[in-house]
Amino acid sequence: MDFGTFLWTTFAAFLTLATFSFLYKDNPFYKFAEHLVVGTSAGYFIIILWHNGLVQKLAYNSLEDGTWYLLWLDSSKPLYLIPAFLGILMWTRFSSKYAWISRWPMAMYIGIGAGVAVPLEMKARVNEQLFAMLRPIDWANFFGHDGMTLFERVVDIGSGMSQIIVFGGAIAALVYFFFSKAHTGVVGGVAKFGIWILMIGFGASFGFTVMARISLFINRIQYMDDVWINAAFDSTNENYHAGFQVMFWLIALLVVGYTIKEIVEHLSNKSKPDAAA
Amino acid sequence: MNIFDKFMSLDRRWVFLFLIIVCVIAHRMDYEVPILVEPEVQSIYDRIESLEPGEIVFIPLDYDPGSMAELHPMAYAIIEQCWRKDLKVIITALSQNGPGLADQALREIADSVKLDRTYNGVFFEGREIVNGIDYCFLGYKPYPSMVILAMGQDFRIPFPLDYYGTPVDSIPMMQGVKNYDDIACAINISATNSTDYWISYGQARFNFPLAVGITGVSVAQYYPYLGSGQLFGLMGGMLGAAEYEELADNPGPAKKGMKVQLPAHMVIIGFVLLGNIGFFMSKRRKKRDSNVGGN
Repeated sequence: MDFGTFLWTTFAAFLTLATFSFLYKDNPFYKFAEHLVVGTSAGYFIIILWHNGLVQKLAYNSLEDGTWYLLWLDSSKPLYLIPAFLGILMWTRFSSKYAWISRWPMAMYIGIGAGVAVPLEMKARVNEQLFAMLRPIDWANFFGHDGMTLFERVVDIGSGMSQIIVFGGAIAALVYFFFSKAHTGVVGGVAKFGIWILMIGFGASFGFTVMARISLFINRIQYMDDVWINAAFDSTNENYHAGFQVMFWLIALLVVGYTIKEIVEHLSNKSKPDAAA
Repeated sequence: MNIFDKFMSLDRRWVFLFLIIVCVIAHRMDYEVPILVEPEVQSIYDRIESLEPGEIVFIPLDYDPGSMAELHPMAYAIIEQCWRKDLKVIITALSQNGPGLADQALREIADSVKLDRTYNGVFFEGREIVNGIDYCFLGYKPYPSMVILAMGQDFRIPFPLDYYGTPVDSIPMMQGVKNYDDIACAINISATNSTDYWISYGQARFNFPLAVGITGVSVAQYYPYLGSGQLFGLMGGMLGAAEYEELADNPGPAKKGMKVQLPAHMVIIGFVLLGNIGFFMSKRRKKRDSNVGGN
């Protein structure tokens, strides 16, 4: 294994521990990891934006002769000058005197964004969902299909019922958000059913969120154990390197040292009121 | 303070510690949990299986390192399945911190495809994956909605060059490939709201078959699009990835991770139950105490 891989693998393990140390409490190691993420993300983004955005759209380096061509001088791309100019105008925001100029590109961006978004969002999120709600009920889902056993037919009623539940649930949830009539009587009952439907939806989201957060932790365990610790202690591993063991014990020493410091601080804080008494 | 009050005032760090211990032990233990495949994941697998060699699958990988735990296994399983079947793949990375991650994934999958392997009883001879012939990685461009709309006209409008700086016009597999009309289907693997853009600005505008692989956090909000037929498939979080690995007979980190998910969820359910029991018992005791005090 080359030294670069060794260094970065160990550094990633250290950053993982530094990040998880926040679960105990805020500390300098976590702060270091946090600031590093913010800094590298911003730096990486700027470079990606420069090479994949500005350079590609406004100029490119020909592979054939190695010359840089400015695309706006290419007869097929003269219109690229307009967004490039509007983009430059955005920078006037840094001047209090000329900041008003940035409203022009901003107005254009918002106008185009809204104009494009409204019909498409309406189609995708409202119309298509409405059409799905208005599909005729497939009664075969209630009574099963040819060739099904009695048990399968009984189970299949569930798939038919789901159509009714989705339809009824959508109406009830909409009624809950209808505030022009007091939620009493029948309307109140339907609205209450709507709340239950919403709560079930939130519950499903919560369950999936738990799974997502645990997944992130599992990924880190897999990295720490399968990649880092394995490379340090398993001599049959293709990435085995004795240097990993040194780094492992150094990091372990750091963790133990920090833990002892915390325990000592905790105990001394605990003994203070007694001493005063 | 009785035991129920203790449940209510339990320091959350004890919960974290307990969860960490359970997860590490589960990871170290050698066992498997059964993976039951849902129809919405099966439909993605079936769609890819039904394609003929040479057809193009478009896979936007719109995620960054923060979500790789859930989404990387999906990308690995799907792209490897495509290449084993001699399908061609177009890839974009519309999340600003994602292009490097996508590039790394492509290289690792290409290395894996070099090996002879058997999936679901079918033998596949290893082969070299060539950039520009087997895949085209277009990279990143800002403002996903505009990029998605522009690709509907021509991939070359937002991406005159690919991620590696090669003009798209000179890439062999992109000859005759203009826009979404030339792809068999798109499978968006995303951790951001770019999935919304793919549904609204991509599928709704250009009407191509779209499936999504998304993080667990956002799964619930995309099921309505599956029911309405706007999506032909949906993979949710690590579970979705594990289901796909199971289907593709290509076990990876997601399937391995499910053996940790199971006990971790049990611990969380246990703490939720304890917390609720503590809450109701404390409430009941306070009510009883106030009744006694009143008398």
